[in-house]
Amino acid sequence: MRTSWEALPYILGGLWWTAGLIICAMSIGLVLGVPMAVGQVYGGPIIRRLVAFYVWLFRGIPILVQLYLFYFGLLAYLSELPLLSFLPLSSAFLAAITVLGLTSAAYQSQIFRGAIQSLPPGQLKAAKALGMSDRTAVCSIILPQALRLSIPAWSNEYSILLKDSALAFTIGVLEIMSRTRAVASTTHQPLPLSLLAGAIFFFLTWAGIKGLKYLEAKVRIPGYAHQGTL
Amino acid sequence: MDNPAILRVENIVKNIGGHRILDDVSLAIDKGHLKVLIGPSGAGKSTLLSCINFLAPPDAGDIYLDGRKINGKSRKELLALRQHVGMIFQDFNLFDHLTAMENVRVALIKVKGLGKAAATKRAMEELDRVGLSDRATQYPAQLSGGQKQRVSVARALAMDPKVLLLDEPTSALDPELIGEVLAVIRDMADAGMTMLMATHQISFSASLADEFLFMEAGHIVERGSPAKLLARDSGSRTQAFCAKLSELSAAASCEVTS
Repeated sequence: MRTSWEALPYILGGLWWTAGLIICAMSIGLVLGVPMAVGQVYGGPIIRRLVAFYVWLFRGIPILVQLYLFYFGLLAYLSELPLLSFLPLSSAFLAAITVLGLTSAAYQSQIFRGAIQSLPPGQLKAAKALGMSDRTAVCSIILPQALRLSIPAWSNEYSILLKDSALAFTIGVLEIMSRTRAVASTTHQPLPLSLLAGAIFFFLTWAGIKGLKYLEAKVRIPGYAHQGTL
Repeated sequence: MDNPAILRVENIVKNIGGHRILDDVSLAIDKGHLKVLIGPSGAGKSTLLSCINFLAPPDAGDIYLDGRKINGKSRKELLALRQHVGMIFQDFNLFDHLTAMENVRVALIKVKGLGKAAATKRAMEELDRVGLSDRATQYPAQLSGGQKQRVSVARALAMDPKVLLLDEPTSALDPELIGEVLAVIRDMADAGMTMLMATHQISFSASLADEFLFMEAGHIVERGSPAKLLARDSGSRTQAFCAKLSELSAAASCEVTS
């Protein structure tokens, strides 16, 4: 590759990896974060403490450090065990979505916890008064409202996680950042390439937030005017 | 024991935050009767209602529904009890993300296990009963306070409760909206619904109630027919309380209006 321009398709190919990272990590965070939030609000003291410990741990360690510990430490060790040889333990992509997903779960759980706690207590009371079990009340009454309220904070989490996903280049995931750097090391044009990478991330952030805004409007409960009418 | 009472509350004690909110409260309601809890704020009226369906589990005492003692430790019994004991809240507590019809329908599907079509049909009948079938597709935020409370009545009635607990059903309403809710309550009383209602609407409830229970500081201090307790020369606490209420609101009247 002589010029950076010729490398454009190669760099844009990283979009798929970046998109894959973010979609998988956000999904893992959602699937783990919702039950964690429910456990933290309604669970007993042991569950509450476990969730709090998890959040404390994953919010406290930089993603870069986690990637190293997980990929070069834990996975490298596990992959040497013959019993686990059938697992794709050397996949940098799997390592990256695991670390990003587990970290995002910690943050997302707090988004959902805040949303659940912001609901009027009468919602749960009314559900129980009708004979709903705790599980039914949470699934049919609490979560549909809490998840709606979570969308603005969730789009924040998306934009943060998207940019954190660039750290996956450190363990060799061929996403946008690592491709940009690879090209820069042969063309010696780091500046325009960094600009390009920045522009791609900017676009992804914009598009994602646009999409989530659309979702927010689509599921908005009629009659609740949240849009500024001061 | 031959006891026709549909709901019996015996020696209920409830402490909240180190304070004794209910102290040895007992009452019984026969089928088709309306009993009214009156008394100053903080007397324990709301707590008593919440104890009856174990939303606030009593610390001591027993609840009997249809002569059967409720085991408060059994989740299954509690869920069954709450299906049979409807509750109307002061601030409606409609599910904000559901339409009026869905509010009435949701427990029919999720608790009673009705199919969607049957549940929808039943929900529409109940909305029609409270005069709101034309509001079925509107969300709580699009309804007035009186309409919200009527939807919550429909939601409770759809479960075919044996007893209905009403916790100051008109206290959060603008004065001009109280009438429509009272009319619905009157209809229920006429239809023979068994009810226990906490309220400050004394003149209204005097015309319907079989018995007044006057609560103060966690006790039922007086009980009797509205006519007896409200008589000017009765010297009752109820009458004194009532006189104070009407002093505060010149429009209110403590006369028995029936």
